[in-house]
Order: sequence, then C-alpha cells, then structure tokens
Amino acid sequence: MADYQSLDIRRRSASTDSSPDVRGAIEVAKLIDVSKCIGCKACQAACMEWNDLRSPIGDNIGVYTNPQDLDPNTWTLMRFTEYENPDGNLEWLIRKDGCMHCSDPGCLKACPSPGAIVQYQNGIVDFISENCIGCTYCVKGCPFNIPRISSVDRKAYKCTLCVDRVSVGQAPACAKSCPTQAIVFGTKADMIAHADERIIDLKTRGFTNAGLYDPPGVGGTHVMYVLHHADSPQLYANLPKDPKISTLVAIWKGGLKVAGLGLMAAAAVGSFFHYVAKGPDEVDDHDEMAAERMKEESDRS
Amino acid sequence: MTRDVPHTTSDGGLTYVSRYTTVQRINHWVTAALFTMLTLSGLSLFHPSLFFLTGLFGGGPSTRAIHPWFGVVLFLSFLMLFFRFWSLNLPNRDDIEWSKRIGDVVSNRHDRLPELGKYNAGQKIVFWGQSILITCMFLSGLVIWDQYFGTYTSIEPKRVALLIHSLAALCAILIIFVHVYAGIWIKGTGRAMMRGNVTGGWAYRHHRKWLRKEAAAHGIASEAEIYAAHHPAPATKAEPPAK
Ligand code: HEM
Ligand code: SF4
Repeated sequence: MADYQSLDIRRRSASTDSSPDVRGAIEVAKLIDVSKCIGCKACQAACMEWNDLRSPIGDNIGVYTNPQDLDPNTWTLMRFTEYENPDGNLEWLIRKDGCMHCSDPGCLKACPSPGAIVQYQNGIVDFISENCIGCTYCVKGCPFNIPRISSVDRKAYKCTLCVDRVSVGQAPACAKSCPTQAIVFGTKADMIAHADERIIDLKTRGFTNAGLYDPPGVGGTHVMYVLHHADSPQLYANLPKDPKISTLVAIWKGGLKVAGLGLMAAAAVGSFFHYVAKGPDEVDDHDEMAAERMKEESDRS
Repeated sequence: MTRDVPHTTSDGGLTYVSRYTTVQRINHWVTAALFTMLTLSGLSLFHPSLFFLTGLFGGGPSTRAIHPWFGVVLFLSFLMLFFRFWSLNLPNRDDIEWSKRIGDVVSNRHDRLPELGKYNAGQKIVFWGQSILITCMFLSGLVIWDQYFGTYTSIEPKRVALLIHSLAALCAILIIFVHVYAGIWIKGTGRAMMRGNVTGGWAYRHHRKWLRKEAAAHGIASEAEIYAAHHPAPATKAEPPAK
C-alpha cells in the first residue's frame, strides 16, 4: 500500500515546465482482476458515493450495464458482455471501465489549456477543472474514449484514481469497497507481481491465454487488468487490443504545431527582408502621366 | 463620358478610377476583422505559447465559446464577398504569363509584365484559396463544435476534422500574411479598399487592361471632378422679389 504519495507533477498540459525529479517517484497502480469480479457494482456505487456524483436516472434497455455509458457523473462503469466461447459455453465477462491513467496520456497531449490536465509523479492523471476550457480536445486525444464533457459547466470529467484519497494513503474508493478483492491498489511493481501470481493460477485452471493488460502503446497504464483472454481484449466490451495515441492526434499536436509556428515566422521575416531588398512598388510620374493621356483620349471621344 | 461629375479639362493633377463600392469595402473590412479575431482566438488554442491570446477574449472558456460564432459570421460575410467577386477572379491566359514572370513581379519590374485585367494571378490565388479554405474550416469547424454538433459524429471523424481545421487555418493565415504584405509593399493599394478608388497611374501600372476598359466604359475622373462630386456647390439664393 502506497503511503502519502508525493504530489509532485510529472507532466502538465500545454506547458513546458520540467518535472521535479529529486525525490524519485513511486508509481502506483490499480489492478482489476476480471476473473474475480462478480459484477456486484459495489465499486460503481462507492465511486458515486466518494465523489458525490449522481447521474440522472436513465432507461433500462434490458442489459446489466447501467447507465449505458460513462458520463460526467459516471466515472466508472461495469460493462457486461455475454460471450459464447468456442466450446459453446457462455462466459459472462464483466469489465470495470474508466480512466486507465496512461503513462503517455493522449488527453494531456491534446489539451490546449495550461494545467487543465496533470500527471502526478505517481502516475495518476487528473483533470484540474478550474483550468479546463471545455474544448473537448481531451476526448479526441484519449485512446480509450473516457473523458466526458458536462453540459452543465462544459468541463471535462473522468476518474481521478481517487487522488485525494491516495495522497493521504488511502486506497481508491472502488478498491476499498470491492468484496472479492478483484480490485487491489498499490505500487505498480507490487501490482504486477500480484498479477503474475493470479495469471499462473488462472493458467492452471485452463485459461491458457490469461495475462496482464498493461498496454505498451501508451507507455503502460496505472489501471491494469488481469484478463482470462488476454489475447483478445476486445471481448471485454471492446477493450482496445493495442491502444495508442491516434496518428492524427500525434501529427496535429506534433509536427503541425512546430511547422505552423515556423512557417508563420518565416512569412513575417521573409516579407520584411523582401521589402528591405526590393523596396516598395511605387507608382511613378510616368504611370500617372500615361493615365492622364488616356483620360484625355477618352474624354475627347 | 458617362460619369455624373462636372466635365472640366484636365488640369495636370492626378486622375482617379473607382475600384470598389462602399458596400464592397464594408463587406471586405467586416470579413477582415472577423478573420483577424478568428486567427487570434484560434491560434490561442493552436500552440501553448500563444495561449495568452485567450486574454483578448475574456479567458479560455469564453475564447473557446466565441470562436465558432465568429466563424459562422465570417462564413456568411465571406459568402457575400464571394458572390460579388467570383466572376472577376476567373483565370485567363494573362495569369499564366504573369505567373511565369513571378521573379519580375517580386522585383518590381513592371516593364516585363503583361497588361492585366482587374486582378492578377496572385490576387486570384488569394481569392480562390480563401474560398476553399474558409469552406473547409466552416465544415470541419462544425464537426468539432462539440456544444451543438458533438453528437452527430464519432471520435475518429472529429480527429480528422481537427487536423483539417488547423491545417486549413494555417494555410489561410499564411495566405492572408501575403495578402496584407502585398498591401504594404504595393504603394497606393490601400486607398482602393479605404476610399474606393485608385489613381490612374496605379491602375496603369498594375491593371492596365482594366484601366482601358474603365476609361472606355466610365471614363477617368480628375482630382477636380472628384472634389466637385464630394463638395456640391451651395445652391445660389434666389433674389428676394422686388417690392
Ligand atoms: C468558418 C467557421 C469556423 C468554425 C465553425 C470554427 C470552429 C472551431 C472550433 C469549434 C474549434 C475548436 C475550439 C473551440 O471550440 O472554440 C476551432 C479551433 C480553431 N480554429 Fe476555428 N472555426 C472556424 C473558422 C476559423 C478560421 C477562419 C480560423 C483562422 C484562420 C480558425 C482557426 C482555428 C484554429 C487555429 C483553431 C485551433 C486548432 C488547434 O487547436 O489546433 N477557425 N475552430
Ligand atoms: S476539455 Fe478541458 S481538459 Fe479537455 S482538452 Fe479541453 S481544456 Fe483540456
């Protein structure tokens, strides 16, 4: 259990500040063992309770997933999938959806507002609402489709990994409430070690493809899953197999910004030196006299 | 001569040709003002080093909120400009010749350039470039205008739209850079958009074919004629009837 994590900031959106590195950070992680989850939604309720969130009552469309999607008041959501395996048996796959707290967060990369998204040294990615301008760029940057914009205040919301609890040495509310300990929380290294034991156990029980979901495309995540079918994460309500920041977003936030500023500066400097080199294009007396002659001619006719 | 100004003989002063009507000039400057505000508000989100520009629009959230509205008004205003000027901007043979001699153009060597109609190829590129780019920005802008149109598309098309929007904005800003610089470099151009006319010499130097046409169709006004047109002589008082 990580105690009193430093709240030093590793990355800050739209900022060039360098991170303080003297203290050497301990990274934390939440491990969700899908194989142990019984779908009781205690975590979902605990999240609402701790963060004081209430979604408006929605419609029952005949599935257990409720509400139907993440929203500004639903930061974590149990997604239920009925999967018929090749043996013809039904498997009820239940995945706790929410922010994955990527090491390389697409939301933070896309955000144009300085300090609206921060990543703490412990790996938690958090939205600082007072700096959020509601542009929804984070929604486009996220490879997991997590942030939601409130229609009330036009600000972005998502799971904070209970940064307020973690910073005082408490586990996130969801982990605390889970009756089967399918959700556990600690240092990332400890969680990986714990996952390894669970995976060995699952393999002995016939789940030969059991494995850890800590996708390298986003530099690893600070919310990880133990999956019985780690070879096909899409089975779990479309968990992306190889998530990474979209190439479109990478171009937009990478080369285009640099090239854009460079070209604009070049245009300004170039025009200035053209003027210096060639001088203004001025109308001379010859031109005016020629025009006057044309006037005389046209007046005469 | 069809001009409704008193006909006097040339006095050796400057001559003038009218180039833009009052409505055209207002339309142009409304568009220019909106484009400037869109550039400032858009660039503030484009690069962190320009985020301070949001201060001009009352902070981040209000900049984000107002930018698309400026865009809608710009689109309408530009549409009016478009319908006023598109036919004058159709390309012709002279444009090819002029473009081949771009080296002479930037060196102020007018003696080596072909006679031109109302617009040169550079001006036409500005016109068509802005027409295409503003349409692109309008359409992509709607896709990323989350507050009203967020539910119509999924995330992938929005990513494409954002890339198109910022790319188109960059190209449009560069074109406007050149457009503004041309106005500074080519002396005597400003009064076309400020006052509505240019000197005969300016027209002779830059758009001689257009000047010939104007001379034939409407005539060229002298300084005295312009003055007279703007300062009508006071009506002479009638003599009081004799008692
Ligand atoms: C024609 C109608 C336009 C519409 C509807 C529109 C809409 C938008 C929207 C919705 C955004 C996202 C930020 C926000 O919500 O405010 C945006 C960003 C932006 N717009 Fe526009 N816009 C338009 C025209 C323009 C023009 C004419 C320019 C400048 C030449 C421009 C430059 C930009 C830039 C640079 C960004 C930031 C892109 C980035 O972050 O990389 N826009 N626009
Ligand atoms: S909506 Fe807020 S958090 Fe998301 S990218 Fe925009 S400013 Fe950043």
